Amino acid sequence: MSATTADARRGSAARAERLGRALRLWVTAGPGLTWIVLFLVLPSAILLGIGFFTSGSYGGPELPLTLQPLREVAGYSILGWSSGNITVLVRSLIQAMSAGVLTVLFAYPVVFYIVTRPPAARPLLLLFIVLPSWTNQVVRTYAWMELLGPESALSHLVQSLGLLQPHLGLFPGVLAMQIGLTYNYLPYMVVPLYAAAEKLDWALVEAGRDLYASGPRLFWNTVFPQTLPGLLSGIILVVIPAFGDYVVPTLLGGGKSMMIGSLIASQFLETPNWPYGAALTIFMLVFTCAGLLAFRVLSKRLGGAEESMM
Amino acid sequence: MDYCAGTPWRRANVINGGLRLMAGPVVSAAMKPHDAASEPAVADRRGQIVLEDISRVFAADVVAVDRINLVIHPGEFFTLLGPSGCGKTTLLRMIAGFETPDSGRILVSGREMQAVPAHRRPVNTVFQSYALFPHLTVAENIAFGLRMRGVAKAERRERTRRIMELLQIDAFANRNPAQLSGGQRQRVALARALVNEPEVVLLDEPLSALDAKLRAELQVELMRMQKRLGMTFIFVTHDQHEALVMSDRIGVMQRGRLLQVGPVLDVYERPSSVFVAEFLGLSNIWPVTALPGGLIDTPLGPLAIGNPDPASGTAMIRPEKIWMYSESGAPTGRPNMVAGVVREAIYMGASTQYRVELENGAPLLVYDTNNQAAERSWRPGEAVTCELKPENIVLIGS
Repeated sequence: MSATTADARRGSAARAERLGRALRLWVTAGPGLTWIVLFLVLPSAILLGIGFFTSGSYGGPELPLTLQPLREVAGYSILGWSSGNITVLVRSLIQAMSAGVLTVLFAYPVVFYIVTRPPAARPLLLLFIVLPSWTNQVVRTYAWMELLGPESALSHLVQSLGLLQPHLGLFPGVLAMQIGLTYNYLPYMVVPLYAAAEKLDWALVEAGRDLYASGPRLFWNTVFPQTLPGLLSGIILVVIPAFGDYVVPTLLGGGKSMMIGSLIASQFLETPNWPYGAALTIFMLVFTCAGLLAFRVLSKRLGGAEESMM
Repeated sequence: MDYCAGTPWRRANVINGGLRLMAGPVVSAAMKPHDAASEPAVADRRGQIVLEDISRVFAADVVAVDRINLVIHPGEFFTLLGPSGCGKTTLLRMIAGFETPDSGRILVSGREMQAVPAHRRPVNTVFQSYALFPHLTVAENIAFGLRMRGVAKAERRERTRRIMELLQIDAFANRNPAQLSGGQRQRVALARALVNEPEVVLLDEPLSALDAKLRAELQVELMRMQKRLGMTFIFVTHDQHEALVMSDRIGVMQRGRLLQVGPVLDVYERPSSVFVAEFLGLSNIWPVTALPGGLIDTPLGPLAIGNPDPASGTAMIRPEKIWMYSESGAPTGRPNMVAGVVREAIYMGASTQYRVELENGAPLLVYDTNNQAAERSWRPGEAVTCELKPENIVLIGS
């Protein structure tokens, strides 16, 4: 009799504990999870779904379900196959990767200038790099339109060098787009690289000098391996957003140099074709994931990349 | 073999057997070796280091290294000894080329180093933190210098293999430094320097991160390696015991200045200043005034010393150079016998450290070897007589 009561008591205690644990889980993880599900997972799922509908007369999704939007992504439309999408994809890739390379080239000297200053001065110097990214990207990009327009000093300089016809500006065009992307994403390269460079073991650099290395070989053998994790993080933080960037190609690129981000946006805004836009999004998502995966394999082979992966 | 036990034996053997290299003359601050610098490099200067009036000022008035003149002989194991912040590491870094002296000249093997950057100097450094490249294997770390100098792959591999065998690290050739113990890393760092066959090897407290037993082991190993290879070693340490065990000569530094340079034995037995006496081992030090008849007046009372014409100043006797007798067993008719009472006895295995209070209240530190049955040692409260032989009392000067 008493044994059964004890068992029951034990059972209810265990139930209460399970309940408590579930409650704690929901209180802590619940709000964030709800947010993500409502505003990320659900919309993404809807968008992905739309990619399998037929485009209606106003561009909205209509039944029946079809693979036509995906075929369009591959270049097949009612007018036959066109290389347009491949051109946009390749251009986006080149622009994004160039932005990656250019930000690396700019970031290394900047970062090494900062980490060789006295520790008290470093946060301020880093702030100068990060500060512009706190203002609106659209505003900054508009500023570049002015700076690179036909009447700007920079354009005049390029005109006088004979690289540009008179009365034409650097803006709009591929070069303006490249400048805009590099400028916009530079802080995303500087910050992780700075984090890696600040922890740099200078004794290794001295060891390299002691063992007859100097100049580029010293950098390559002692500094580069130590900053590699930061570099890889920076590349991911720059190349992926730059690949899908919408503001810069739209404002600085002009009509002739579309990137995949602006191509997708135009399917929803200018010449509506939601299913096609959704299909492009699916493609971009898969492509980016595949790229990340390939990058991960590559950086693992380079070694020391664990920290760089998100 | 127990290296720990082997250390004192070896040291004794080296000194008594005269295996130690003949140590060169002490270079005083006034003696400037100008002749050595003006001539081109010659074979018998290979591995010689000449420092002429070297100074390094960090901030406005922080003098890290203050007018140092020093000649380090080829094939010598030279130790720069001093407390932290005395400038010994800065001096080493200037020889390596990581820092530039504000004034003075550095000559390595008779060649002026002023315009020679670190990566072209015929010296290699063993860093305190080892500074092994974490992304390279042990073998790649060791071969790094050879690779940078463009040594052919086959030769590189052969030389790396040989040095790894010599230092008994060939079993770890393909491991990463992170997978090694402290002692193994230390050996790799040494191998990485030695494989280049430098004229001079600079060692910046390379043993300070190791535990006592491993340290003692590596001290002996380092010393043997240096003798075997015949390279000049400049070793920086704050550990006086380490300096005594390994060095041919020692330079004691304090506040950027070189206080005394000389063979280990000289510096220990005949320190030129109170600082040197106290930094190297324990000592009894007193201010003394000269008395007529070859005597000095000390807090212990008047004592006879070996010098017939002593000067006033400071006198010292090492605690192990004092003989202790029981009150009844003391020999008679000898000078410098002082009576006292044992106040403290610290048993240290091989020896015991006694604090004796003399009749006039003056303290005396005495070491006695425990070469008798344990019952024969003195206990606190026992009355003893101490003999301070005149020849063991050293006048330091004022």
